[in-house]
Order: sequence, then structure tokens, then C-alpha cells
Amino acid sequence: MTATHRLELRDICIQLGDQVLLELEAEIGPGEVLTVMGPSGSGKSTLLAYLAGFLAPEFQARGQVLLDGQDIGALPAEKRGMGLLFQDPLLFPHLSVAGNLGFGLPRSVDDKAARVEQALENIGLAGFADRDPATLSGGQKARVALMRLLLSAPCAVLLDEPFSKLDTRLRHEMRQLVFGRLRDAGLPSLLVTHDREDAEDAGGRVIELAH
Amino acid sequence: MRRSEARPMMLHLAPVLIVILLVAPILGGLTMALLPAFGYLPALGGESLSLDPWRALFAQPGIWRSIAVSLASGLIATAVSLAVVLLYLAAVTGSRFDRWIRRLVSPLLSIPHAAAAFGLAFLIAPSGLIARLTSPGLTGWERPPDLLIVQDPWGLSLIAGLVIKEIPFLLLMSLAALPQLDAERRVAMARSLGYRPTLAWWKVVAPSLYPLIRLPVFAVVAFASSVVDVAMILGPTLPPTLAVSILSWFSDPDLDMRFMASAGAILQLGVTASALALWWGLERLVARLMGCWIARGGRERGENGLRLAGKSLILLASVTAFIGIAGLAINSVAGFWRFPDALPGSFTASHWARALPSLAGPIASTALIALVATLLAAVLALGALENEQRTGRHPSRALWLLYLPLIVPQIAFLFGLVVMMEQLGTRPTHALVIFGHLLFVLPYVFLSLSEAYRRFDPRWSHLALTLGASHNGAFCRVRLPMLLAPILTAMAVGLAVSIGQYLPTQLLGAGRVTTVTTEAVSLAAGGNRRVIGVWALVQACLPLAGFIIAIGLPRLLWSNRRAMQGAP
Repeated sequence: MTATHRLELRDICIQLGDQVLLELEAEIGPGEVLTVMGPSGSGKSTLLAYLAGFLAPEFQARGQVLLDGQDIGALPAEKRGMGLLFQDPLLFPHLSVAGNLGFGLPRSVDDKAARVEQALENIGLAGFADRDPATLSGGQKARVALMRLLLSAPCAVLLDEPFSKLDTRLRHEMRQLVFGRLRDAGLPSLLVTHDREDAEDAGGRVIELAH
Repeated sequence: MRRSEARPMMLHLAPVLIVILLVAPILGGLTMALLPAFGYLPALGGESLSLDPWRALFAQPGIWRSIAVSLASGLIATAVSLAVVLLYLAAVTGSRFDRWIRRLVSPLLSIPHAAAAFGLAFLIAPSGLIARLTSPGLTGWERPPDLLIVQDPWGLSLIAGLVIKEIPFLLLMSLAALPQLDAERRVAMARSLGYRPTLAWWKVVAPSLYPLIRLPVFAVVAFASSVVDVAMILGPTLPPTLAVSILSWFSDPDLDMRFMASAGAILQLGVTASALALWWGLERLVARLMGCWIARGGRERGENGLRLAGKSLILLASVTAFIGIAGLAINSVAGFWRFPDALPGSFTASHWARALPSLAGPIASTALIALVATLLAAVLALGALENEQRTGRHPSRALWLLYLPLIVPQIAFLFGLVVMMEQLGTRPTHALVIFGHLLFVLPYVFLSLSEAYRRFDPRWSHLALTLGASHNGAFCRVRLPMLLAPILTAMAVGLAVSIGQYLPTQLLGAGRVTTVTTEAVSLAAGGNRRVIGVWALVQACLPLAGFIIAIGLPRLLWSNRRAMQGAP
């Protein structure tokens, strides 16, 4: 499933009224992680909302978002090919583990059940298909959430402080897993965080937001 | 623009449709009451404007007394219900007893007004349960006394009947508003300054809570001052309340009476508006008195009295309602029942057996009307709320429009609506009745659903979209199943509202569409307790079916999904 994608952010400027929240210019190559750091209130979440296509109407944004050379700024969220990983695993509580993994599988995939089973083995959760996600441990939930993201075959990934709610022991392990998988999949990723260790483990460039 | 692209036309229409649906019939109905009220209705030979209908109206014997009773029962019933609810909330300490009371009160919300009114009537009547339990020991009565307790000329039993039904409504509305206030921390802060807990609640929570439940309180004032079915069962008869008088004039075979009835409908609008204005004045007064009371800074005095009142009054009201329903059940199976005996001498199923054949039709009608009206309301409400989510706009100012059908007296605009339909040549059908019910079902379904919908974490939908689902896909595969429980609850509320409707069914169905409610209310005049017991009990139980499904179905479906068990 290795592919090569490239995410370019050109002259991004997000404003709330007259106030400029952030300005950004960056290029993220295949398998690279760009970390955007800043304290809360610095507009990190707004940046992710803008890139994913959920910017609240009160904000104004300028600039170009190029994914593999194509401007996706005018596309609706579901057509952008941007995957998202949140602070919480957010496994759909009404679906089974397999249902969660299958949710994002593209329609064109033929043998969905086999893909899901293979994916479960891949993250060490073979036989968990029919489980209620609420019965999983924190680490297991995080792994299912990551695999669900990868199965949806995104072209780029946005990470919204995905490790901040894990305990210290698990945090390091999950960082290795997430960054490793994203690199293997050749996906350009943008991580927003206020944790310096996240940035160090990500290993890529770091942009600090002021405010 | 990206946003409008992602929003299908149908969704865009939902809020517009709701506004038209709620506003147009009310404006049309009021206009068509206003014209005949001044003598203009060409179909009945009224070609020119005149004040004759008003002269005839004010020449009616006892009209002023009718007005006074309507006004007073509206204001007093609201004041008492609100006081009982606030007293209870102030006295709540989260004990097991408090939770038990709350669980006792909530099913009362689903019981139709008419059934609760019959229950109360059976309880307090001269030959009712209370008289039986206290006779002859306390009262010395060997035979039912000749007292006018039910349908007393002062409207006291009417007020009592309204109070036991409005308490659960106001309690639910308050409980929905309270989380915004962070009441526990406010009370904790006041307690740290030396205030006793109940006094603290009255002084730091109540003043902020009231503005949040103001619209529901106004709806109660409007409802209580213009109610028809409860007044027919419990209200005075010579003369009846204004709303009941208007209905009898409107149903008069002499079509000329229509002009006077229309003037009456406009008068009712004025009476309800006056009740609201008086209530508004009362608000100012109470606010000022509360202000002085808070400023005086008393921390101890009255604590125990307030707490006792808070727990006992709501308990009294709820237990009364439940014993009333039990009384309906006993009456429906009672054989021979000598007066001071607390229980019937024999039990029989014959009342049920005799009623069964005639029950089937009205039950089917009731269910059909309620289901269609509720489904339409749910689709419209979901459409409008989904549209709100996708556009990111929250039309908070439009909220008062939802309360319009709840604040304009039913009787004032339903007449005009009937006249309008007659002019258009529409025959009374189930469809017309369903449309009438929708006016009252929609606000409740919308209000009940909107809270859960707006509280729903938007990240779920965002997540579904980034996983490649379309907006409609995210709605069907994520939002709908995750919100199944609150959607079903909102629909159960809608069913209960529809099942309890009397006036829209009676007027828009022109007496030809019979539901359990119209049948039960029409039995009130006859006074056959056994038959009333059967019909009122059926009426009380029908809405429960909806709530049982609303609670049971999600538990069944999500039995294997722990996180969905306590879902919002």
C-alpha cells in the first residue's frame, strides 16, 4: 500500500475578523511529518479544521492547499483525501470493531471482510472483529483508530494531538507505531501538538506558532 | 461555494417549511375568526362589517364570569405548578427519595390531560375515593353528600387538574435548562458563604433559571387560560369557561351563532393575552421582591419550611395523579359498589367486554393520526437540525416561532382554520386532522430533539467525512444510529401530544373523526363512571406504549454495545 503523496501549503493565512490567527508556508513530502507547535489558542485546531474542510463560517482563510499538485481548497471534506486522527480514538460506539475498520474502506474494495481481518492481525488484534469497541483497552482503541484511518486510503494525514490523552508508557509506544505506519504508507502528515516530545519522536521539521 | 454544494435542496427547505407550517395556519385561522367576529362571512350571509356579534356575545348570561374563571384559572394554575416545581428543585439533595420522586413524576408527562382530569374527578367527587375512605368515620356521611366539588363554580377543581399535569411539564423543562447553570457549584459557593442549601438555591440558581424556562411558562399560562377538554371535565358549567362556551356556540346547529362564536374566539385571544400581560407584571413584582429578599442576606430562616414544602407538595400532586389513574382502573372493572365502601363489592369484566367492539375503531384512528403526524414532525425536525449543523448557523431567534402554536390559544385560530377549510371546500378527513395535530406535535418533537442534536459531538461527523462518507452517509450511518434513543424519545413525546389532542380532532374532523380522546371527553357529560373508566384508562395507556418502545428498542438493539447504553 505504499504510495507517494505530497502536501503543499502555500501562503496560508487564517483570519478571525481583522485579526490574523496564523500564516503558514510549508511542503510535506511522502512519509514526512511536519509538526506545528504552539500553546492553546494559537490557532492549531483552526488550521486542521481548515485543511480538513470544516472551517467554521466565522473564519476567513486565504492561500492554496495542494495535494499531489491539485488544489483541494474548494473540495468538500469527504472528497479531499485528508485523514484525521483525534485526541480520542472516537471508535463509533454503535459498530463492532470490524464495523469501525470497514467504515472507511473505499467502495471499490472487493473482499472487505478479508481486508478487515488482515488489518486486525496487522495490529495484533486478530479475532477482535465482533468485539464491542467499548470493551477494548486504551491502547487497543488507539490502534484500531489508526488502522481505520489507514484502511480509508487517505492521501495525507492530519494529527490533532493524538497522544495527549494516553498515559506516558503507552504514549511512546503509540508514537513509534503511528509515525512508523505513516512513513511506511508514504503519507505526508501534519501534526499539531503542544508536547515537545511528540515533535522529537515525529522526527520531521517543526514550526512554532507565536501568540 | 463549498458549503452550499454540500447541502441538498430538501434540507434547505426544511426550516422554511417548518416556519410556513406553523405560522400560516395560525395567521390564516386568526384572520378567518376576525372577519366573522365583525359580521363578515359572505358564505353565511354576513356581507357587511358590524358589531352585532360582539353585542350578542356580551349579552350572554355569565360571560364576565366565564372570562374571570378563564383568566384566574390560567394564572393560578401556572403560579402553583411553577412554585411546586421550583420548591422541589430547591429542596433536591440528590437523595434516593428525590430520585424516586423524579421517577414518579416523569411518566405523568405522557398521560393525556383528559385522562388525568377524569382520574382527579373520580378521586375528589362526592362519591369518589377520598370521600369513601373518610366516610362515615371522619365525615359522618352515609350517602354521597350533595356537594359541587367537581365542576365547582370557582374553577378550583379545574385548577387542581391543570396543576397535576403542568408540574411534570415544567419540571422537565427546568431539568433540561439546569445543566447550563452549573447549579451545584453556585450552591456550593453560596453555602461556603453561610447560606443553607435550599435558601442558597432560591437565591443563586432560581433567578437565573427562570429566564431559561420563560417560554414554557408562557405556554402554560396560555394553555391553562384556554383549555377545553380539562374544563369540560372539571370546570364549572353554569357558566362554563370561555373556551368551552365558544365551542358550544360553534357547534350550535344555528349557523348564525358562528358570528358570535368567532367574536368569542377573538375575545379568548384577548383573555389569554391579558393573562400573559398580567403574568408579565407578576414577574416584575416577584423579581423585585426576590431582589429585596436576596439583598437582606438571610441565610437560615425559612430553610426547613421551604425544604419540607418542596418535597411534600410535588409528592402530593404526583400521588394524587397516580391514585386518580388507579381509580380509573378500579372503576372500569367495578361491579356493584356501595357508597362508603372503599372497594367495589364485586369485580366484572363486562364494561370492558361491552366497550371492546367500539374501542377498536377509535384506537386505530388515534394510532394512525399520531404516527403520521409524529413521523412528519420527526422528518421535518431532523431536516432542519441537520441543515443547521451543515450550515453552522443556529437560528436562535426563530425559537419563539416554535412556541407560537403553544401560546396562541388553540380555540382562537382553529375555528378560523375550520372556516377557511370550509371555504376551500375541503372535507373533514384524517389528513386534515393530521395536519392539525402536526401544528402541536412539531414544536414538541423539535424542542425535544434539538437539545440532543446540538449537544452531539461534531467530531463524529467530521470523522465520518474524513473517512470518505458523504454528508448523507455520515447522517445515516453515524448520526442517526448514535442518536436513535433521543430520536425515539422525541417521537414518543410527539405521539403522546397527538394522542392527547381534543380540540383539533373535534374541529378539523367535524366530529366525524373519532379518537380515543374525543370519545372519552364526550363521555364526560354522560357521567357513566364505568364506561369513562374504560376509555380514560385506554387513553392514559396508549402514550405509554410509545415510551416503552423508545426506552426498550435502543436497549435491545445496542445490548452488545456498552457505550450506547447510557447514550445521550
